[in-house]
Amino acid sequence: MSETFTKGMARNIYFGGSVFFFLVFLALTYHSEQTFPERSNEAAITESVVRGKLVWEQNNCIGCHTLLGEGAYFAPELGNVYVRRGGEAGFKPYLHAWLKAQPLGVPGRRAMPQFNLSEDEVNDLADFLKWTSQINTNDWPPNKEG
Amino acid sequence: MSLTNPHLKFASQAVAKPYFVFALMLFVGQILFGLIMGLQYVVGDFLFPLIPFNVARMVHTNLLIVWLLFGFMGAAYYLIPEEADRELHSPKLALLLFWVFAIAGVLTILGYLLVPYAGLARLTGNELLPTMGREFLEQPTITKAGIVVVALGFLYNIGMTLLKGRKTAISMVMMTGLIGLAVFFLFSFYNPENLARDKYYWWWVVHLWVEGVWELIMGSMLAFVLIKITGVDREVIEKWLYVIIAMALITGIIGTGHHFFWIGAPGVWLWLGSIFSAMEPLPFFAMVLFAFNMVNRRRREHPNRAAALWAIGTTVTAFLGAGVWGFLHTLAPVNYYTHGSQITAAHGHLAFYGAYAMIVMTMISYAMPRLRGIGEAPDARAQTVEVWGFWLMTLSMVAITLFLTAAGVVQVWLQRLPEDGAAMSFMNTMDQLAVFFWLRLVAGVLFFIGLGCYLFSFRQRGRLPVAAAVTA
Repeated sequence: MSETFTKGMARNIYFGGSVFFFLVFLALTYHSEQTFPERSNEAAITESVVRGKLVWEQNNCIGCHTLLGEGAYFAPELGNVYVRRGGEAGFKPYLHAWLKAQPLGVPGRRAMPQFNLSEDEVNDLADFLKWTSQINTNDWPPNKEG
Repeated sequence: MSLTNPHLKFASQAVAKPYFVFALMLFVGQILFGLIMGLQYVVGDFLFPLIPFNVARMVHTNLLIVWLLFGFMGAAYYLIPEEADRELHSPKLALLLFWVFAIAGVLTILGYLLVPYAGLARLTGNELLPTMGREFLEQPTITKAGIVVVALGFLYNIGMTLLKGRKTAISMVMMTGLIGLAVFFLFSFYNPENLARDKYYWWWVVHLWVEGVWELIMGSMLAFVLIKITGVDREVIEKWLYVIIAMALITGIIGTGHHFFWIGAPGVWLWLGSIFSAMEPLPFFAMVLFAFNMVNRRRREHPNRAAALWAIGTTVTAFLGAGVWGFLHTLAPVNYYTHGSQITAAHGHLAFYGAYAMIVMTMISYAMPRLRGIGEAPDARAQTVEVWGFWLMTLSMVAITLFLTAAGVVQVWLQRLPEDGAAMSFMNTMDQLAVFFWLRLVAGVLFFIGLGCYLFSFRQRGRLPVAAAVTA
């Protein structure tokens, strides 16, 4: 680099640039905060949804599955599983039956552990996944296979 | 601590050694669990239910983070005294924190392996302050609190050293990066009930670490090693360092937006995330230019050629993994189809290996011969073995990346591009990808052999230290 561009100038760009863009980032975060209630349908977060999120977390579901595309890539996306597996009429019974049937025990197939969840916990988890499927995700995933 | 090690400028730098040794031990564990997962990708019920995939993955990723943290801390304990031109404030505190962090880390990993995760959550009172069960932040809340305590003690120790000593650009940038690391980790304690918000601030830890402040740490470690092995003027090196980290933060902070496309955050991020993250390869490209330029302008022939290879290698591999493979899927219209696919996994592997695993090994390669009292460099035979380890690991990781990318492209083709009804299900798609996953596993085994070579290069039994050989 040329001699006219000094270390001091480089340092000022670093300080000034980082501080400026971090302030922009904070402003954008403020904007995001304003939109979360509507985009995530915050009014629909019931106590059951909150408990369901805890069930999701305390069984480390993210260790195999993705949720809105984030997580492990070993098992199916669950952000839209409510839509994929029965919706309003069918999802809850489906989830109960599916979790009870684990592990399927098919030789060589990826196996899901038996988590021994109570009926209430499965209901909460279903409510959490239903609420999650209704977040405005800019139309992601591209199709219902997730 | 040996007071007679003539190869250290300050005796207290010796505390770096246990940090480096333990980091490499955890690295071995990380790769072993990686191999288990690689096999589970094709033989789904391998080790089930003894080690389910989610447990293996948690161990794999958490070991990665923790060994890199040990590496960064070791690097700081080596680098800060030398830059500050004085002894470390408290070597005793550094050793105490080493044991605290090591024991807490081992207990946490044992907890993952021996107790079902829900049981671990109950045992550690997660419901009081739920922070568990989020990717990479799976540690029990008490472990997270322990990490904060260790980080505070660590920052105090190197901060005091710095305050009382010479303040160079390298040490100030390192310090800024480490403080940033600690500050952004605090967001791991914030777990809002609203998933969209939870994910938004989760990235304040994950993205602002790896695509933010960790780049400061990497840049300062690279600059330090380059000064030492090339003898190029500090003014020149530090100017480059500022340019690199300026680019990293100017692109990377708003670049966080490329994670906000599909998690419920507003549409403005589709544009801002795409534009700024598309420029995130720039700092990595600058690092490549930096390393090659400095080595070409070197004023001395440093005997540790392996360290020079690591220094150049980390910039090139980071540019490929973080820069090129990141750019491949960072634009929102592309990411719409690739998000959360095997493309993401491909990028993650090469980026972490190239940028962070390799910069820690660069530092270890430079510092370890001195820490062990061998001299400026290990002997020629040890360096040859180390270089074998470098190429085997690096090429295997490139191969892993290529196979996962191929798997990802096919996955997008089968599962993401078609309309509802025509798209293949996730599980059926995975069956179609088996050949790529087998090849990835083979590359993983080669990586493990490379790691073996690398570790074997530390064996110096029966060979005299360089200094002793000269006087003999």
